[in-house]
Formats: sequence, C-alpha cells, structure tokens
Amino acid sequence: MSLLVLEGLTRFFGGISAADHIDLTLEPGELHCLIGPNGAGKSTVFKLMMGLLRPQSGHVLLDGRDITRLHPYQRARLGLSMKYQATRVFANLSAKQNVDIARSRRATNGDVLAWALDRLGLAGRLSARASELSYGQQHWLEMCMVLGNCPKLVLMDEPTAGMTPEETHVTADFLKDLNERGITIIVIEHDMGFVREIANQVTLLHQGRVFRQGTIGDMERDPEVQRIYLGESHG
Amino acid sequence: MSAPGDSSTKAAMISFVDDHGSFDRQSMLSRLRIDGPQSFFVGPLFWIVAVAVLAGLLIYPVFGSVFLASNLTNFLLNVPLALGLALLWGHCGVLSFGQMAFFGISGYCYGILAINMGGGSLTVLAAAIALAATALVAVAFGYFMFYGRVSGWIIPVLTLVFTLVLETFLGQTAGYEWKIGEALLGGYNGMTGIPSLSIAGLEFNGFTFPLYYLVVILVAALFLGMRILANSHFGHVVVAVREDFERTELLGYDIRRYQLMVFVIAATLAGCSGVLYVSWGNYITPSSVGLLAATLPVLWVAVGGKTSFSAVLISTVLLGLISDSLAVYSGEFAFVLLGALLLFGMMFAPDGIIITMAARVRALIRKGGRS
Repeated sequence: MSLLVLEGLTRFFGGISAADHIDLTLEPGELHCLIGPNGAGKSTVFKLMMGLLRPQSGHVLLDGRDITRLHPYQRARLGLSMKYQATRVFANLSAKQNVDIARSRRATNGDVLAWALDRLGLAGRLSARASELSYGQQHWLEMCMVLGNCPKLVLMDEPTAGMTPEETHVTADFLKDLNERGITIIVIEHDMGFVREIANQVTLLHQGRVFRQGTIGDMERDPEVQRIYLGESHG
Repeated sequence: MSAPGDSSTKAAMISFVDDHGSFDRQSMLSRLRIDGPQSFFVGPLFWIVAVAVLAGLLIYPVFGSVFLASNLTNFLLNVPLALGLALLWGHCGVLSFGQMAFFGISGYCYGILAINMGGGSLTVLAAAIALAATALVAVAFGYFMFYGRVSGWIIPVLTLVFTLVLETFLGQTAGYEWKIGEALLGGYNGMTGIPSLSIAGLEFNGFTFPLYYLVVILVAALFLGMRILANSHFGHVVVAVREDFERTELLGYDIRRYQLMVFVIAATLAGCSGVLYVSWGNYITPSSVGLLAATLPVLWVAVGGKTSFSAVLISTVLLGLISDSLAVYSGEFAFVLLGALLLFGMMFAPDGIIITMAARVRALIRKGGRS
C-alpha cells in the first residue's frame, strides 16, 4: 500500500490557484524531491499534507486512511513530520530542551532522534541555547526534532537553504542514511546538484499543477522540463 | 526511548500532565524538579534565602502584631492569583485581564454558600465548591476561546470584556430579588457578613493569626508546586507553545489542550485568592472585578518579571505593601505610582524590574569573580 496519497488536492488563494488538482503518491522508503519555480505551489502542498492549510477539494490519505480533516497534531501523531524552510527551533531554549520537547514518549520503534543528534554532531552541543548554534546547526537541530515522533514520512522544505557547501554535503548524506533506516522523505529543493545526489523520485510542480513525475534522469532529458524549470544553466 | 510503554500504571495526575504519551509513576517522581531551565532564581543560595524568609514569616506571630500580620495576609493572599497569571502569561504567552473575574466568581460563590451554610466547618465545603465552580467557568470560557483558535491580542480583550460584564452584572444586583437563600448580593455595596473559613472551631479570619499561617503555608506550597510544574515536561511544552505554537503543534501536541489546562489552573489559583480574600475581609464587592482591579494582577506580574514565580511573588507583596502605605494619603496616588512603575518597566525593563535588577547583580558578581 502507498504511504501517502494526494488525490485532486486543490487550494485557491482568492483567484490564484496555489494547488490545482494535485495527484501525488509516495511509496514507503522513497526519497522524493519536489521541484519547481518559485510560486509553483511546493510549500502549499506541504502545508496541505500537514494540515496547516485545508484544501477546498481533494483528499490526503496516509496508509490508506483519509486524514484530510485531521489537525496537524493528529497527523504528527500518525507519523507525519515537517521541517520548515526557515529554521523554527525554540530559539530561547537550550538545544536539550528543544530535543526533550520534540521527543515523543509514544514512539516505540527506536530512538532515531538520538541517532540523528549523534550523526549530525549535535550530541555534544545540547547545553547551548538553540540561538547560539550556527545557522546550519539550527537546521540540523530542527531535522533531529522532527524525528522525535519516529515518523513514517518526513517533509523537508528546502533543508539546505543558507547552508555552506560542506553543510549541504553532510545534510545530503544524512538524508540518505535516514532514508536507509526506513523513513520515507519528501524534500522541496532548488539546488539541482542536491536533488541529483539524493532523490530517487522527482515531481515537478508548475503553476500549482503536477507537470512531470519521474527519475531525475527522466527530468533532465525532458525538453519541456528544461524549458520551464531547469533552463540552460542547469543542463 | 527513555519512557516505558503504555498506560497501565498511569495515574490520573500523569494523564493530566502529559497528553503526548505516558510514563509510569516511578519515572514521574524521579522527574520532579524544583530547579530547572524555567526558573530564574536557582541554586542553594536562593533556597537558603527562601527557607529563611519562610521561617521568618512563620516565627513572626510570636513577636509581631496582629494588625501587621493581617495586612501581610492581605498582600500574600494575592500571590496564588499572581502565580497563576505568571504561568498563563509568562510561561504560556496568554495575557489575561480576566483573573480578577475568577477571583470574584470564587469569592461570590463562597460567600453565597458560606452564608447559607451558616459558617462552621461547612465553609471548607463552600470553598471547595467555589473553586470547582470557578474551574468550571474557566473550562467553558477557555474551551470556546482556545478551541475556537482565538489567539494574540484578542484574548486580553475578551477576558477584559468578561470581567467588565461580570462587574456590570454584579453591580445591578442591589434589589431583594437578588437574594439567594440567606445571601444578599447587594449590588455595588457588595455582599457583607460572609463567615470566614473555619475548621473544627478554628476560625481563619482577618484579625487573628490562623489565616496568616494558612496563607503563608499555602503560598509556600503553591510556589513549590508551580516550580515543579514549570520544570516538568508539561512546563517545557507550555513554554514551547509560547515560543512557537505552530512548531509545537507539528511536533504532535494539541496546543489548545495545553492552553486550556494552563488557563484553568490560573483561574483556579485566582479563585483560591478570592476565597482567602473573602475569608479575610468577610465581604466582597463588584469593584473586586472592576477595570482597576483587573489591571492590578497584570501590573504585579509585569513589574516583577512574568516568567519568574519568585519575582512575581516578591512584586505582588511589595506592590501591595506600597499601595497600602500610599493609600493613607490618597487612593489614587497609589495607582498613579503603580502605573508609572508599569510604564517604566515596559520601557526600560521589559523582562520585569526585579528580574532585570537581579540579572544585573548576577552579571556584576560573575564579572567580579572573574577579575
């Protein structure tokens, strides 16, 4: 059974369609990238998945169960988790407190959060205030926090925005390792090098619609995709 | 995961504090902490001073006067209300102007019941019912507010309106049609002749020492309780709701439930102050829930430092003492000074005057220690 299915998900803001009959299926174990020009509706799709926005029509199914009307916290408890584009850690609290708040006592399938802290080199920095961590470390801390529920599916909105090339590389390796531990991941990303490095499936959104789906190779060979998104410089 | 399995050993209290999962009683007890990241004043020195102050307050009746003890009782009995607001506003980020409304609801309920029960030990039952009624009103009001996703500056306005509506309602209860059993609500003159709390012949009134002891011990216990609550997992989540409620919700917490629980705790604590006040003065009037009264708790908490229970305790007692001393000259004079203090605090010490001063002293000591 597919892990997450979006069926005809539609959301308008006034007369503008941010998501227009989006159909998307995520299989367990996928590492999926959502790409597209600015304003294509990528973040809107994430918000619709998490329940931060309600769709005007369409459905969200998790493990075959319709979760369209569930609150964000209920979706989080069912195994959906999301990292924001700009870091949203609790800046005034210590890294440890951030982690303690994020760590669910419900989760039973192993402490993936502790593994992630270790893997990203944050285990020794837990006493620091979150705001004292470097920008990249704050991103990583939030990545660890979204694993507190031991989620089935993690949504990452531009996880490498503002990171140095080294940090981007570490992040790519981390996401691949996380994926190998059985967690399905969907990433919004602009950096095609990063997409090429991690993704096994790619969806291109354009003007609120799914324009193409396939592997990164399929995308790069498609002249229409080249014209709309990748352009000459990415080729 | 550090916490074991499911809810077979879950006590009622635990399910109350933690809706994000469950853990057993043993681990709950080992997690009780009176010092922690949610407390500003921590460490042995603080606790030595705190115990010394408590000891001083307990010994005071041996050599002190009943009059001064009674005045001190009057200032101390506001502390539960102020601690509740510190939790609600300082920790959870929900500013309420409605704490005096809950104070009033509790005071009036207690009054009506105690008069009809005719005093004696039944007053304890009257107090319990008054607190339960206050909590129930808070649940109803808070449910519509938080589950309706009301947030930000709408909450202070809603709670202020709630207070003012209550004052207006109580103000028009002058006629005899507002006699409930033996209790006459009395309009703007208020309800008088309310029996003090009493247990087995021991009366907790405003002119003897028992109420003073009761208030001192209750304040000390509540202070400890609030410290433990704030430094528990529940307390951390409450602060997370204040810092970023959407992030907290996406971590799997029903933030509305946390806001409602804190709101009800704060209202019940305000109710506690209401019952103690009526027991102390044997009367209550609608001005207790008026505009001026409603702003006072906000002032106590803001001037002290809304995130610190210790600072709020000190400022509540000190500001009560100052207003009372100034009231000898003119009642309005006290409010002008309190308003000026609030303005000064907001402009120069937004974290609270006591907290800012303490932080300065702490920085100086550390600097001195290094050089």
